[in-house]
Amino acid sequence: MNKKDLSLLVLILVVGAVVAFINPRFLYVGNLSNTLNQVGMFGIFSIAEAFVIIIGGIELSVGSVIALLGVIFIDLIVNHDVNWVIAVAAVIAGGLVIGLVHGALVTRMHIQPFVVTLCGLLIYRGAARYYTEDATAGFGFGASFPTLEWLTAGRTNVLGFPLPHSVIALVIVAGVAWVLLHRSVFGRYLYAVGKNEEAARYSGIRSERVMISAYVICGGLTAFAAILFAMYTRSISPAVHGSFYELYAIAAAVLGGCSLRGGEGSIIGVVLGTVLLQVLQNLVNLLGIPSSLNFAVMGAVILIGVLADQYLVQRRHHVSPAKGRGQTSVAAAPLERVKVE
Amino acid sequence: MPEPFLELVDISKSYPGVVALDHVGLAVSPGEVIALIGENGAGKSTLMRVLGGVVEPSGGTIRVDGAERSALTVAEAIAAGIAFVHQELNLFDNLDVAGNVFIGREPVHGGPLRLIDRKALYARTQPLLDRLGTDFAPDALLADLSLAQRQLVEIMKALSLEARLVIMDEPTSSLTLSETDRLMRVIAGLKADGVSIIFITHRLNEVMQCADRAVVLRDGRMVGALTRAELSPAAMIRLMIGRDLKSLYVPPAAPPGEAVLDIVEAVTDTYPERPVSLSLRRGEILGLAGLVGSGRTELARVIFGVDPLRGGVIRLEGDPIRVASPRAAIDHGIYLIPEDRKGCGLLLDVSIAENISLPDLSSYLRFFLVNTAQETENARTQRERLNIRAPDVGTTVGSLSGGNQQKVVLAKWLSMRPKVLIFDEPTRGVDVGAKQEIYEMLRRLADAGVAILMISSDMEEVIGVSDRIAVMHEGAISGFLDRSQFSEHNVLQLAVGHAVEMRVP
Repeated sequence: MNKKDLSLLVLILVVGAVVAFINPRFLYVGNLSNTLNQVGMFGIFSIAEAFVIIIGGIELSVGSVIALLGVIFIDLIVNHDVNWVIAVAAVIAGGLVIGLVHGALVTRMHIQPFVVTLCGLLIYRGAARYYTEDATAGFGFGASFPTLEWLTAGRTNVLGFPLPHSVIALVIVAGVAWVLLHRSVFGRYLYAVGKNEEAARYSGIRSERVMISAYVICGGLTAFAAILFAMYTRSISPAVHGSFYELYAIAAAVLGGCSLRGGEGSIIGVVLGTVLLQVLQNLVNLLGIPSSLNFAVMGAVILIGVLADQYLVQRRHHVSPAKGRGQTSVAAAPLERVKVE
Repeated sequence: MPEPFLELVDISKSYPGVVALDHVGLAVSPGEVIALIGENGAGKSTLMRVLGGVVEPSGGTIRVDGAERSALTVAEAIAAGIAFVHQELNLFDNLDVAGNVFIGREPVHGGPLRLIDRKALYARTQPLLDRLGTDFAPDALLADLSLAQRQLVEIMKALSLEARLVIMDEPTSSLTLSETDRLMRVIAGLKADGVSIIFITHRLNEVMQCADRAVVLRDGRMVGALTRAELSPAAMIRLMIGRDLKSLYVPPAAPPGEAVLDIVEAVTDTYPERPVSLSLRRGEILGLAGLVGSGRTELARVIFGVDPLRGGVIRLEGDPIRVASPRAAIDHGIYLIPEDRKGCGLLLDVSIAENISLPDLSSYLRFFLVNTAQETENARTQRERLNIRAPDVGTTVGSLSGGNQQKVVLAKWLSMRPKVLIFDEPTRGVDVGAKQEIYEMLRRLADAGVAILMISSDMEEVIGVSDRIAVMHEGAISGFLDRSQFSEHNVLQLAVGHAVEMRVP
């Protein structure tokens, strides 16, 4: 855990303590369990987003993908009697294909990721609404998929605490992603491409493939989150389901230390970022703040957090310039200028 | 000749460890065209930066219209009528011609709204266009103009500032012949209007064509001035060289072996009409000399698979190979140490160890994961071997000096098995000590059987390190030199496109 993650953890504990102090209901088992369930689901697609942000891209269609794949999933198992295992596989395959298309458009057609995924955001939202003819897709009365429901939306008692299965899913996803990003060759490539694509290419990294893979992973994980959300809400109104979720994902990634310029960020940070966002959401409910202010509170806290971080970074540079890269390169600079002539 | 309005007297500039300018003097009279010539690194650009107010001299005085001062600021230089036409043009692609000429000084109307007065803007640009006899309109979008036309826009910008002296830094390096001709006419026109011009160039025939006199710099000193009557390519080359080359040369341990890499009629995107053929031999350092823009880097990029090969064949140890990407080149054992170290060679805010392992991560695997212990150990070995001065291999590369950064780039490839190494300006921005170490490493690699191509604009380096020299001129090889024919004179002759009389100097 690096310094940034640690300070984020401290911030979460402080905010949590303040909320608990003002309204002890924050610590009730039911409330904690519900909040954790949200963390599980939001965390999975935030990690998805982080993959794309680390290679220097952006993915804006997360919310729309969750809506589109959600209605397709429900339609498959409810109206077409598809075995739920096959439906899960089909939806995840759909997510992977969406990621592949985005990655290909970005790398092969050289369209900016913001534009590609913004179009995705609009297209998938429209497709989801058209698919259900703007009606709510849900499980019919009495429809029941006990195994699927238990797996996705169930809770298991751990030492008396009802632990949501979405959290277990998040822990597994985060664990795999952590190993992949921070320990594997592919992770090195992701960061290298995000930091300096040109230098990565000159080192023999097939940077286009690496970038496409990031979008594919993002699509797959988002599809997984879409299933969890579908099973959690049990009914999806395609016009609003999942809207703005891409912004939660980007916010969590930024809080977790990802730079939108690419090449930075940690999985622990992203998970902690998600936790903070959900605690804030909870805070709005528990402290009786009008829920209309929900986004405003979130935005303000993120802004303050980023400002504080920036302030600390600058202070660190001022206090001990010898420690940073400042001194040596300043000394080397005039020499270099002469040589270039 | 009228009185000079601008005089540089005894200007010196030193940086820690380097004297860039050593008591240089220069006087500029109205309507004079001065050619400033000298090799790369002779101090031409530094001198011009002093004139532009960008560099503060460590000694000497600058006299503008009789007023003496020790340094100019950028604002004072502009006020004195000194304008630059840069090698890399400082223009805005997304604006039109008039917008570029009057950037920051746009005529406005509409009171506090400060709307741009387009009519006045175009009206004020038109006379400048007429003066230069250009073939584009004030509202032409800059993005649609050719490089030569953009250069004229820069000159117009200078004229609109009432420039008395226009400094042109290698203005013709990217121009075609007819464009160069037009620029020569523009220069003649400016001269007739009493505007002075300082013209930095490597092309001696242009000096012959337009200069009133030539000033020659070498190693930061003014080594000669030639009047119009004294101007000749031979005289200029003599002055530009005229120094003892330190003997760096270490002969190879064994005579060069068979050809490792054959490049047959290779065609690049930049010079589609000019195929290049050369071969690299085992154990030999082939120097590739030529002026900036002669197509050397483009050739290296094609061999390394960064740019596509548009024609011809590349053969490695006799077998034709297809190099579609740097990955393919690396898999064949062909490695490039690029010119743009910071942009292409390194990840600056990543550690030395991770930079070194990057191209070959798959050989550091342990259960699909990177074995960091092995990675660190290998980096330590390379640090010892190349004498990389850093506290630890976990140090980020960005904090190292240029020479040590270059050694890290080299370490990346030396951890693998090079067959062919291409160095593009291996010692640019590298201090003298590290330079020597890099040269020694080059020789050791060659002796170990690696074929080496060394692109260099540093004459001392080309002559002092190579076993054989190929010289490029405008995209094609203009000649090969064997060691017995090595001389700055011969290299320069070939680099400017003249033939070499094959005499032993």
